[in-house]
Order: sequence, then structure tokens, then C-alpha cells
Amino acid sequence: MINASLKELSAALTGGQLSSVELTRLFLERIGKLNPALNAFITVDAEQSLAMARVADARIAKGEGGPLTGIPVAHKDIFCTEGWLTTCGSKMLSNFVSPYDATVIEHFKTAGAVTLGKTNMDEFAMGSSNETSFYGPVKNPWHPAAVPGGSSGGSAAAVAARLAPAATGTDTGGSIRQPAALCGLTGLKPTYGLVSRYGMIAFASSLDQAGPMAKSAEDCALLLNVMAGFDARDSTSLARPAEDYARDLAQPLAGLRIGLPKEFFAEGLSSDVARAVDAAIAEYRKLGAVTVDVSLPNMRLAVPAYYVIAPAEASSNLSRFDGARYGWRAPQYGDLADMYCQSRAQGFGAEVKRRILIGTYVLSHGYYDAYYLQAQRIRRLIAQDFVAAFRECDLIMGPTTPTVAFDLGDKAGDPVQMYLSDIYTIAVNLAGLPGLSLPCGAGAKGLPVGLQIIGNYFSEARMLNAAHRYQQTTDWHRRSPTL
Amino acid sequence: MSLSLDQIRRIADLARIALAPGEAEQTRDQLNGIFGLIEAMQSAHTAGVEPMAHAQDLAQRLREDAVTETDRRAAFQRIAPQIEAGLYLVPKVIE
Repeated sequence: MINASLKELSAALTGGQLSSVELTRLFLERIGKLNPALNAFITVDAEQSLAMARVADARIAKGEGGPLTGIPVAHKDIFCTEGWLTTCGSKMLSNFVSPYDATVIEHFKTAGAVTLGKTNMDEFAMGSSNETSFYGPVKNPWHPAAVPGGSSGGSAAAVAARLAPAATGTDTGGSIRQPAALCGLTGLKPTYGLVSRYGMIAFASSLDQAGPMAKSAEDCALLLNVMAGFDARDSTSLARPAEDYARDLAQPLAGLRIGLPKEFFAEGLSSDVARAVDAAIAEYRKLGAVTVDVSLPNMRLAVPAYYVIAPAEASSNLSRFDGARYGWRAPQYGDLADMYCQSRAQGFGAEVKRRILIGTYVLSHGYYDAYYLQAQRIRRLIAQDFVAAFRECDLIMGPTTPTVAFDLGDKAGDPVQMYLSDIYTIAVNLAGLPGLSLPCGAGAKGLPVGLQIIGNYFSEARMLNAAHRYQQTTDWHRRSPTL
Repeated sequence: MSLSLDQIRRIADLARIALAPGEAEQTRDQLNGIFGLIEAMQSAHTAGVEPMAHAQDLAQRLREDAVTETDRRAAFQRIAPQIEAGLYLVPKVIE
């Protein structure tokens, strides 16, 4: 049951072989047993989860269930969840029981899904290893010494260890795709604007996007069907007709043009990852796809531009945490300014402070043009590179990460090395394009390797189709760690 | 480019983050490392390139000037650090 697809779980629930309460208990028991070692969850509330499961069972009994009714889903602790502690991995929000639901949470509730718990994450989604969480690092279920990736590392570890059938994540520079790759999952960052950001604690608003993390492309399609949709409460939400993202899953891939950017296969890519990705591309050729060489000449500027734009937006977004209305307030302070300074110094961790300071600097008088505007111009160049590449191909493929999961502590003391672990994912966020990672092999120490699929705007159904067809002829996505 | 300790203290002040003794030095070294990475941007030729603030060409939507939110003050104040008589308490600002 723990390895079942969402479709199989839904069939078992509607067929009466299993109740949502039983299914929820099964996963709660696994969490109780395995989470102490993995630290994938920050909050578990069996009472609230089981209450939701009972409601779902009643709904199914009346014949009113949908594809996700009764299915437990773990949510990244970045989504405000009414009545649940919502920490964003930070001491700043360690006492924040949200008074409202994020739109994503609301959508899952409407669908009848059960909230299984809130997953661990890098503080305010700033990190690539889950080591910046106030609640401690998450362990990669494939290897206890390895990081699960970040920032959605708790969600990735939870699904990989089969503590949850599926989870939500968010991706600002790779935070869904990178942990999905390092933990052997399928994860999708949709086109910017497809999923509402309302109630999703903001990091860099022009880049943040929520998406599903699951065991297969098919599961991701079903989850995206629930997550996506216009929301008037998010000013950048796109008003588009509803889509069934699972509609094209079974389409053949004959004639699919796959673009291979030479910059993705250059220096810096480790040989084990390169081998697995090459083998996956060969499999796609067998499935009828053709490959073409493309180029993204400004790729090397993506990480530098990102580390101006994302901190700039973060410094503005995180100015709301002032200790006045909610969140952490220092126990001792003098005047109002001191209350702000002490509360923020104590409430934020080192990486968050670093990014706020970078952002404050690049937006400050005299530096704005040289940094912020220059970064935005480079952002345009990167987006134009993709436009040109998509004239030659339908989808772009390459590695999700330069290496398999690195060890805990390996990069924690060196921010620049940590930032470079997102070298293949960041450009996608700058352009606002959809990106997906799926497992495609085993690298060093048997750790999972992720294949990245980048699509043109709104081509999620096509990307999921390509991932699904690959998963019909390979079994990398079915493998799970021994725990 | 290299940030000075005075610049670090100035930025921290603007960002309303208190620095512990010795923290400014450490922060300066880390930020200088990160700006070493960022400097690669300066070699790019961007003359005449329109800055891109956003992934989609969107205009802010307008809506009817009508009340859409309900009064949830009690729920919001339940999680406040310090309140009194429905007010958020902070140190005195005006003498």
C-alpha cells in the first residue's frame, strides 16, 4: 500500500477495500516510526488528520469523492494552514499557528485530501540542503549521511521514505526539482502564475511557484489538477481555462524534438550523473524522440543574476517580520527600533540574514543600477535564450543537479558552493518556465540521479506526458530506499 | 569590489538586524565571497536590453471598490506577541 500510486489508492478507497482513516493511520504510524531518524516533518497532528479522514470517508460513502478524496498529502511548512503551526522552517514563525489557509491548502481541502502534516524545509526556503532549518537538517532516506536537497527537503524525504503518498513543495531556484532529484522523486515546478501564491510565505515573489512532489508523473498530474487555477487574491495569478494535466499522459512520443543545451553537459557535471542522463536520453530516442543540439549562451550568468534578484525581493518580503503583530519578539529590548533589530537578529538564521543583507545592499542608493537593473537585464537575456531554443525543440532535457546528493556539512560553511548546486535549475525560474525532475538512474553510492525536463510556457501536460512514457518503460521511479 | 565593515554595519542597520560582537567581520567575509560570484554579471553586454522584472507581461488587475474581507481581528490578535484592549503593544514611539 505504501508504494501504491494515487490512482490505485483512490480506487481502493472508492472500492471500499480501504478507508481513508485506515490509510491515514498507516502513514501516521510510519511517520511515528521513521521520522525521528529522518526529521522530515516539523508538525504532525494525528487528531486533525484523522478528523479530515473521517470526513473524506463520509464523502466517499455518499459517492461524492474525487481523485484525491481521502488521500493523505504532506504539505511543505511554507503553506499557511489554518489551525496548524506554520513555521517556514524559522524560529521567527516558531509560534505561528496560522489563522488562515493558503489557496493551495484550500484547494486540497475542497478536493477532500487529508493534511498529513507539515514538512521540514530550509528556513524561508533559502537553501539547497535543508541544513538551514531552525528544526534541524533532514536526512536523505537513501543514505543517512547525505542531504535530501532543499529547500523542499522534508517533502522529498517524506515521499521517498514512503511516509506520505505525495507532498507539496515550492521552487524559487530549484527547490522542488533539486530535492526531487536527490531523493529519487518526480517533482514539477509549473509555469510562473499557474498556482496561486496566496498564503505561501513569500521568498522572491517574481520567482516563487508551488508544485507537486510525488512518486510518478501520473501522480504529479493529478496533484497539479488540484493545485492550479486562477486566484484573485494573488496579483500574479494567471486567468486561464482549467486544464486536465493528465489528458496527454499516454500520447506517443514519436517525433518529439528534445533540445540538449551544450551548457548543461559542460565542465562541472559529474560523470555518474552524465552517464545516467545520457542513458535516459538514449531511452527517449528508443521511444521515438529525436534530439537536437541547442544553446543557452547566458546560462553562466543565471546564478549571479539570481543571487541579486532573489535576495532583493527577499529583503523586501521579509521586512514584514518585525515582532509587532505575530512571530518571534525578542524577550528584551529598548525602543521600537531596538525591538525590530533584536527580534530579527534572534528570529532569523544565518543564511536568511545573509540574503536580507545582500538584498538590502543591491537595492540601496548608488548600487541599484549596477546590481539590480543589470541582473534584470541578464534575466531578459536568459529568457530570450530559451525562446530561441524552443524554436528548435519541443522540450529541453539535461541533468537536474551537477552531482548526486552531497553529504551533510559538506557545503554548509561555504554559501557560494551551496549556491552552485542549483546551477541547472535557476535559469528556469528566471524565465518563468515550467521544469520537472524525474529519477533516471543511480550514481555514486547508489544515490538517485534526476533528469530535468524544461518545457515552454504552459506545456506542463506535454512534459508530464514525456515523463510518464519514460516511466512506462523504466523502473527508476519505482525504486525506494531500504529503511 | 569589497565591502567594508562600516558598509556591513550600515546595511544591517537599514535591514533592522542587530549584529552581535564579531558578527560584522564574519558577515563581511561571507558577503564578499558571494559578491565575487555576483561580479560575473558585470562582464555581460546588456546595453539596450530592457530589464525584466517579471516572467509574465501582466498588468495589475482592478476590482470593484467593495468590502471583501471580514473582521477577524480577534483571530489575528490571538497570535500577537503583546496586545491590550484590541491594540498591538510596542515600545512608546512619541513622548
